[in-house]
Amino acid sequence: MATSSNNSPALLEIAEVSKSFGPVAVLRSVSLQVAKGEVVTIIGPSGSGKTTLLRCVNFLESYDSGSIRIDGKEVGYRDAATRQRRSERDLAAMRAETGMVFQSFNLFPHLTAAGNIMLGLTKVRGKGSAEARAIAEHWLARVGLAHKADSLPAELSGGQQQRVGIARAVAMEPKILLLDEITSALDPELVGEVLAVVKSLAEDGMTMVMVTHEMAFARDASSRIVFMADGGVSAVGPPKEVLAAETTNERLRTFLARFRASHF
Amino acid sequence: MLSQILYALPFLAEGFAVTLWVSLLVVVLSLIAGVLLGVGLVYGPAPLRWAVRIFSDTIRGIPILVLMFFVYYGLPAVGLHLQSFWAAVLALTLFKTAQVVEYVRGAVASIPKGQSEAAMAIGLTFRQRLTSVIFPQAFRRFLPPWINGVTDAVKGSALVSLLGITDLMQAVNQVIGRTYEAMPLYILGALIYFAVNYALSYASRMLERRFAFIRD
Repeated sequence: MATSSNNSPALLEIAEVSKSFGPVAVLRSVSLQVAKGEVVTIIGPSGSGKTTLLRCVNFLESYDSGSIRIDGKEVGYRDAATRQRRSERDLAAMRAETGMVFQSFNLFPHLTAAGNIMLGLTKVRGKGSAEARAIAEHWLARVGLAHKADSLPAELSGGQQQRVGIARAVAMEPKILLLDEITSALDPELVGEVLAVVKSLAEDGMTMVMVTHEMAFARDASSRIVFMADGGVSAVGPPKEVLAAETTNERLRTFLARFRASHF
Repeated sequence: MLSQILYALPFLAEGFAVTLWVSLLVVVLSLIAGVLLGVGLVYGPAPLRWAVRIFSDTIRGIPILVLMFFVYYGLPAVGLHLQSFWAAVLALTLFKTAQVVEYVRGAVASIPKGQSEAAMAIGLTFRQRLTSVIFPQAFRRFLPPWINGVTDAVKGSALVSLLGITDLMQAVNQVIGRTYEAMPLYILGALIYFAVNYALSYASRMLERRFAFIRD
């Protein structure tokens, strides 16, 4: 199952990760490798474990067994074998290596757009406020919001807020960007502006793992698509293969059929 | 009548000073203790959480007057003699602290989980998440009920008169005892309490506006 589209060493290695919430197994021995510069989208019915898997990568969720490594370094545990949890300080440092964009934006409402981006730069990266401000302005310009640097989140539209959310994540120069259904909470007419930003980051070589229901985007922008069902990776491969109508994977075919029926 | 009241004014002013002094002590001490215990209640280890929970539930379940008499008349039985002034301040502070604990807990709990997660995701440590993300937001939710509680503290301070402390309430009663002008003096006393609390409410509205998430 652990396939990579090319021969470069994997930046993200997820190996046999399992997790249960009480009696319910949400992840069943999931393995996945993501190479530097890859854009991997995860699709699947709700409850299939997509979001949980993504949240394990930056240890917002712990997992019961298995290993997740970024650049060869175990994320949540000092040692995968003993499963000794990293210290708070270590965990924070590890999390700074990944960026995450949330479905519900989660901007800090008491800080301006620039302030949201500057917080991690000053507190975590140790940059001075002038430098942090310059970086924030650079990324705001990049997501088309240079004129909104001093606006509070409540003064921005959903699409604008999510673009600030993306800028906040990438300004930290993470090794990998995690995107969790980032357009699901948006009005349909605002989805395009957010996806355009993601696409341009992909073109710049940002490594991304993205949980999404935007099939057209997954098809056009992904290096590979992962189809998850029942907590496991059911299919993985280039978009053309995974989204092929003649797939023999029964679950995938049902999912795609239902999707086509409701979305196309 | 008017001359008698004018004559009593310096005496009333002294009482008013005691009322303000008691209120200030109670408000400041309960703020410090309540914030510390409230943060302990939300983030502390289990034994601390239980201790704060028991403290808060117990104190809030006792009438404040009972608490005050208990501190003044009851504690000497275990060798703790307090002057009436400090017994009153201690009782009122305990009572107010239990309230502040609940305001803090409520304010922190009202911040959505996504805020902590977003703060974690950019690599902030626990302490940084509290100081840079959670507390600045919780402060805004804490402010309105707390200011309300401050006005309660000013009004509640009138209870200290029952331990024989000459605050505004007691001063008014004493002047009435001399002049028999109950009606105008109670109205005067009420007006003074009202003026203080109205000023506090006004200040609180200014503060809330100052810290709103949307600017005017």
